Amino acid sequence: MKYAFFPGCVSRGACPELMQSLTAVAAHIGMELELMETASCTGAGVISERNQKLADALNARNFALAEQTGLPLMNICSTCQGVMSGVNERLKARPEYLAEINEMLAEEGLSYSGTANPRNFMWVLVEDFGLENLRSLVKRPLSELNVAPFYGCYISRPTDVLGYHDFPQRGVYLEMIIEACGATPVDYSGKKKCCGFPIITMNRTNSLTMAGNHVGEAQEQGADFMVTPCPLCHLNLDAQQPDAARVVQTPLNLPILHLSQLIGMALGIDDADLGLNRHVVSTNPVRERLHALPLA
Amino acid sequence: MQFKLNVRRYDPEAESPAPYWREYEVDVPANATVLDCLIHIREYVDGTLAVRCSCRSAICGSCMMRVNGQARLACATKATDMQESSEAITVEPGGNMPVIKDLIVDMDVFWNKIRQVKPWLEPVQPVPEREYLVPNETILDLTVAMNCIMCGACVSDCTSLEVDKNFIGPAALAKAYRFVDDPRDEARQERLEELSDYGGVYDCTHCFFCVEVCPKGVAPLERIVEIRERAQSAGVTNNAGTRHAVAFEGIIRDSGILDEPMLLLKSIGMNPVEQLKNVPGGVRLLRAGKLPLASGPFHHKIPGHGNVQRLFEKVEAAQEA
Ligand code: SF4
Ligand code: SF4
Ligand code: SF4
Ligand code: SF4
Ligand code: FES
Repeated sequence: MKYAFFPGCVSRGACPELMQSLTAVAAHIGMELELMETASCTGAGVISERNQKLADALNARNFALAEQTGLPLMNICSTCQGVMSGVNERLKARPEYLAEINEMLAEEGLSYSGTANPRNFMWVLVEDFGLENLRSLVKRPLSELNVAPFYGCYISRPTDVLGYHDFPQRGVYLEMIIEACGATPVDYSGKKKCCGFPIITMNRTNSLTMAGNHVGEAQEQGADFMVTPCPLCHLNLDAQQPDAARVVQTPLNLPILHLSQLIGMALGIDDADLGLNRHVVSTNPVRERLHALPLA
Repeated sequence: MQFKLNVRRYDPEAESPAPYWREYEVDVPANATVLDCLIHIREYVDGTLAVRCSCRSAICGSCMMRVNGQARLACATKATDMQESSEAITVEPGGNMPVIKDLIVDMDVFWNKIRQVKPWLEPVQPVPEREYLVPNETILDLTVAMNCIMCGACVSDCTSLEVDKNFIGPAALAKAYRFVDDPRDEARQERLEELSDYGGVYDCTHCFFCVEVCPKGVAPLERIVEIRERAQSAGVTNNAGTRHAVAFEGIIRDSGILDEPMLLLKSIGMNPVEQLKNVPGGVRLLRAGKLPLASGPFHHKIPGHGNVQRLFEKVEAAQEA
């Protein structure tokens, strides 16, 4: 199990604990990661609003870099996933357009032939590694913990671009992983809605209302914490949570964990290696419950 | 074939008008649509159920409702496709619009927003003696937006509308695009300015719900992104949305990857009050050890970022040529 690993920006910026926990989990389950150091940002759906072709060219370059490694491409961000899937579809549907872009990549010695199949860590974990294997490695079943899944828009829609046709269960992978870790998924209406991140600088009140609503609802449904495969969602749900609480006028105090942190806890990996201390909303209550749980 | 439907009921004239759920079992042909099931209920099981429909062929847009949690045309949705397990198919009225009775919503919200974008041509002067000539490709492009049947599915599931009723919303913005890009329209600049204002294209949060639920491939989000692009190229740039996009593009050009603090500062521009609002957030990030301070608060560039810069230049040069 070896992957061309596209880290995205956030795991190297405001969410270092994502990189840290993912690295620890990958090592633990025997997943080898070849870091794509020279890959650029996907454009996050923002560059395309100024220049679609530019965004497509940046992604074609990243795909070509992945092809060069001969390894399957893995990302760790819902937004990266959505942008990559969308661009890939466009490039594959229009060979002349791809050829034009390839001409621009030639100077760097790159060319994209259309074989990349970008997949998020969440998909790779279920589809390649398998939940049976995960279950067999669980050292500390997270029984008694209630976990609210939060997917992020870009990994949920549009389903036809994201391969839900071939993998219809992609819409419930988070719940499946939560269960495999021994915890109980919490159902609430906001789990596939928007966290509000894309408009945080344009309409702060709307953005924080979105974040606050989802956190509040999950909390009310009895969640001990929330888990997300998207570091951008994480930024809005965790770092902005105190402000979101003010906007929705509800006391909020719900730890927001990255998917790799949830898995790491179940695998019995040390807290310090999961970066659980690098959160705005303290994860201490979760850790206390966790350490009270018996090791299997 | 047997289907179980769990239907959200609401009657404002009832003694206790609180909404409630009622489960029905129907025996209908295996190829029945959800609308067929509901009509069957109304005709043979419970005549009090209120449903709106007309064409039954996905043309009129009147049967929009939420089936299994998502806005759909009931007449274009097969019951078998919705029967995911032994559980009942859930049927509710569309969201973001007030419910009149049971599955019928008040579409005034929808139409008011359509009216707000002035959905008519302001003819370019002077009016030609005969017809305006419009290139074929232009009309083909507009056809995508013109395919809208005004069903309200996108409005029902829009997450921005859910938190802010002032947002113009997906259907009306897709309609606006249809006029913005029509060469016969004279009000383009004015439209772009209005659409870039509060409640306009920059309040859309990219959630893709409208793309997912639209039964006619209008993909309102894509039209919204096109309006943003048109507005920015037409010089309508004095807004937070453009500042955000310009800052983002600049950072990627320069270093290959994004750094959030820099993006925040650049997007917010020189407005000190807005800057201050973000300070608590920034301080919290620092305190939680989330910003990689060892390397300074900002990201390093990616190795070989010059390649990314050159790619920017090439794409732009090709476009100018
Ligand atoms: S989409 Fe996000 S995480 Fe992904 S590369 Fe871009 S800014 Fe970074
Ligand atoms: S929920 Fe927010 S950050 Fe997450 S994918 Fe959607 S828009 Fe992005
Ligand atoms: S993408 Fe924008 S317009 Fe479409 S549903 Fe989401 S917020 Fe609304
Ligand atoms: S854009 Fe699509 S979903 Fe929205 S009203 Fe028109 S047809 Fe219905
Ligand atoms: S009844 Fe006309 S669209 Fe469904």
